[in-house]
Amino acid sequence: MKSFLYERATTTQQAVDALAKRLDAKLIAGGTNLLDLMKLEIEQPRHLIDVNSLPLSSIEPLPGGALRIGALVRNSDLAADSRIRREYPLLSQALLAGASGQIRNQATTAGNLLQRTRCYYFYDPRMPCNKRVPGSGCAALNGFNRIHAVLGASDHCIATHPSDMAVAMTALDARVETLSAAGARSFPIDQLYRPPGSTPHVETSLAQGEMITSVTLPPPPPGRQMYRKVRDRASFAFALVAVATIIDADSVAVRNARIAFGGVAPKPWRGIVAEQALLSARPSRDALEQIAEIALADARSQKHNAFKVPLAKRTLMHAIAESTRDG
Amino acid sequence: MSEQDDNALLTRRALLEGSAASALLLTTGMPLRSEAAAADEVSFAVHTNVVTLRINAHDSTLNLDSRTTLLDVLRHQLGLTGVKKGCDHGQCGACTVLVNGRRINACLTLAVMHENDEITTIEGLASGERLHPLQSAFIAHDGFQCGYCTPGQICSAAGMLEEARRGWPSHATHNLCAANIPLTDEEIRERMSGNLCRCAAYPNIVKAIAAAAHEARQ
Repeated sequence: MKSFLYERATTTQQAVDALAKRLDAKLIAGGTNLLDLMKLEIEQPRHLIDVNSLPLSSIEPLPGGALRIGALVRNSDLAADSRIRREYPLLSQALLAGASGQIRNQATTAGNLLQRTRCYYFYDPRMPCNKRVPGSGCAALNGFNRIHAVLGASDHCIATHPSDMAVAMTALDARVETLSAAGARSFPIDQLYRPPGSTPHVETSLAQGEMITSVTLPPPPPGRQMYRKVRDRASFAFALVAVATIIDADSVAVRNARIAFGGVAPKPWRGIVAEQALLSARPSRDALEQIAEIALADARSQKHNAFKVPLAKRTLMHAIAESTRDG
Repeated sequence: MSEQDDNALLTRRALLEGSAASALLLTTGMPLRSEAAAADEVSFAVHTNVVTLRINAHDSTLNLDSRTTLLDVLRHQLGLTGVKKGCDHGQCGACTVLVNGRRINACLTLAVMHENDEITTIEGLASGERLHPLQSAFIAHDGFQCGYCTPGQICSAAGMLEEARRGWPSHATHNLCAANIPLTDEEIRERMSGNLCRCAAYPNIVKAIAAAAHEARQ
């Protein structure tokens, strides 16, 4: 690990100022991903700003029925919160499907959103990786790319975003709130992540010195919420495919539909076209197959990950069928 | 904790550059290196912090390289070798300790981040000669073979039972909103998935934890 100056921020403004002042500064909260990457010298901050003392650890109701989740709320506390379990069960399920008990106790809301990919080639400094060393190439393209993206990837990077929580928040139309020297702003979570294109090392739309302070969830949408995760082992593994759905339907019509995928793209992948198709469909086996086709219509697989396309389709069909089942 | 603020760092850096430069001139008569190159080299200087850690109800004040993980302090500076280094990447759970009663991976956190925290390691679980109920249960149910993962398993189980007592759900929980979530074997296995056992003593680890949980409810 490279040496760094450690500093503890006591106010959010102080953290933002310190972050803006130095290009080589990073914020540390849970540290479960950042420290791991620092040990491998994939991340080499020279200045580490500990934000754990900042007052961003609460979950507060907002006027109009929304909920604000502080950036420092630990994943385990968020998953166990009674309002989240009752009104946003999708988010609890996604959090509980991620990592281990120990890691969830450390990992924070903002840190979870900003965690880096688990692509093996990104983690291996001996291999080329455009995300780690821009312009060095992508070893995954012709490598063992079983866990890689089938949607939204580019010829420069096929890494996936590893978060479960962010997939649930994407389906819930969450908004990200930030603070920087330019002031506070808020934007849809979908705008947080940038497509890899030719610059996969630029992962988010956050400006230099901009810090996530909270995530807000709009009032719970009508319908049944579900998070389905498929992985290589039953627990403590990243998703091969995950599907978040929110579906308000009866045997006659679908009134509201949200679909988001995890494990298949560089960002949580919202299936807007499939959602629209579902709205005009009557839940039947044929209709489900058609919607799954639509959701994965743009899929482009690699040598080892073609299985993800039918897996994502079936997982989606299963989630919709469960959500529209009576009782 | 005494931190070096930016001013202190700049002063020290200027001092180091100054003395390095004069030493170079005195010995070789060579011209000064560019300031940028010197600053780049010096900014990799080791940064230390004086930290007081409260471990097993005992305070220790240490001067630590800021890079030191909690795990390395416990093992190397404080001789608490019950906590084990398995993977050093948060994947195996051998380094699990309790911080303010919550289980975490000591390998994925910096020691300097834990001033004012109550840290408990396997060495701090027993009351004198009286073993913690989980320690007794692991012995009674033969919950280990080589024993390397055992301190982490037991600390993790202690944290996990407290989570269950507070009604936290898990991925194995069928009804997220249930007032009482029974701690079935399936629940124990899911909640303990952050602790690996290469000897695969899992069946007896589950039995030991279930027995300790049962005893705690009596």
